[in-house]
Amino acid sequence: MGAYFKELFSGTKSLFVGLQITFGQMLKPLVTQQYPYETSTMTPRFRGHIELIPKEDGTNKCIVCGMCMRSCPSGCITVAGEKREGVKGKVLTKYRLDFTKCSLCGMCVESCRPGAITFSKDYNLASTRKEDYIFDLLKRLEEKAK
Amino acid sequence: MNSEIIRVLAFLVGVIAFAALNAAYLVWLERKEAGHIQRRIGPKEVGPFGLLQPMVDGIKLMTKQILIPDGVDPILFRLAPILAMIPAIMCFVTIPFSQELVARNINLGLLMIFAFASINVLALLLGGWASANKYAVISAARAVAQNVAYEIPMLVTVITMVMITGTLNLNDIVAQQPNISQWYIFRFSASPLMPVAFLIFFICSLAETNRAPFDLNEAESELVAGFHTEYSSMGFGLFFMGEYANIVIGSSLAVILFLGGWQDPFGLFPGVWWFLIKLYCLIFTVIWIRWTYPRTQFYGLLNLSWKILIPISLFNLLLTAGFLKVF
Repeated sequence: MGAYFKELFSGTKSLFVGLQITFGQMLKPLVTQQYPYETSTMTPRFRGHIELIPKEDGTNKCIVCGMCMRSCPSGCITVAGEKREGVKGKVLTKYRLDFTKCSLCGMCVESCRPGAITFSKDYNLASTRKEDYIFDLLKRLEEKAK
Repeated sequence: MNSEIIRVLAFLVGVIAFAALNAAYLVWLERKEAGHIQRRIGPKEVGPFGLLQPMVDGIKLMTKQILIPDGVDPILFRLAPILAMIPAIMCFVTIPFSQELVARNINLGLLMIFAFASINVLALLLGGWASANKYAVISAARAVAQNVAYEIPMLVTVITMVMITGTLNLNDIVAQQPNISQWYIFRFSASPLMPVAFLIFFICSLAETNRAPFDLNEAESELVAGFHTEYSSMGFGLFFMGEYANIVIGSSLAVILFLGGWQDPFGLFPGVWWFLIKLYCLIFTVIWIRWTYPRTQFYGLLNLSWKILIPISLFNLLLTAGFLKVF
């Protein structure tokens, strides 16, 4: 009989403790992120698709050596450049990334001697068209500079 | 035109509107409260604070097709949702929202509410049985066992209350509790176990309305949706509205019997607002309980009733009888 009442009291008490805990949680700040309105900042080592790093004047550091193109195991990268009057070395005219094939292995970033490319932090890449995943990185850099 | 007819019509519309709006906005409250207990926001997209969400849900339910599967009992299947809603609406007739705001202040108000509230379980049973679905049948069986088990401690507690109040008229019961020290929950001169009686009544009303943690007949993880598995559109909607209306009635009764109904705790401004404040505090607690406790097992449910609630409520009945005789 004693055990019955003991269990009754401890059980009732534990129910109130439970209610207290959930009420406490209700008053605490939210832990969820309101996704389309808020987006989280990616960690420094997050791997998005690659992008060109802008210099202070908005141009890029690429010397058109083609190492990224050659190191890419999937052949996603197409680079083209030209000689221009009064400019030392080649100037980048085209940097095309076919992200549909990219596996984000990072060989291109690793092999880039001048350090012209890096992983972007873009992750909102949803589309119904395949062409949307073929990026013109040079154009992207220009748009970013504006 | 006869003013009596106008009065009846006004109360009919008012009661149905109150029940329907409560059903709609308690869903909103439930989702918001659940969200905040789990530290999220809950509905927020439709309207400010998601306030238009219940309306949109309602429109969605109403525009859907009423599917009647092959093999169901055609009459009972259609009858059950109506039977779930009508008693819930009927119970509002005698509930005194304030001294004047009561559709029919009948002398047997309390009895009438329990008479109609017990039809609810019949609706669940018919709905489950007519569906010809194994989940629905299991759910219906559980609903009946549960309601039988919890009707007893609830009614024993109510008998205790009626012994103290000496009336079944709900408005008179409220009138006997003019301030907080005279609320029946604190009326220790009648029985030292009054708060326990309130707790028993509250637990039983949770179990009677099939709310969590006693929602065994809707246990999603085992029974899909229980007795309303086969119902779509407003068939489901009526069961849903009936459930929320029953929560409102259960909480209203707890407020009337124990917490002084429309009376002010300080005896200053009694009125309908006090009734609503107390009512929604209790409903908030009902929802809060749902999002705190896990669902009980069936043995746990019946053990709680037969081993704890019934003995204690019977003891309280005897104790109250003794106190009333001696003092």
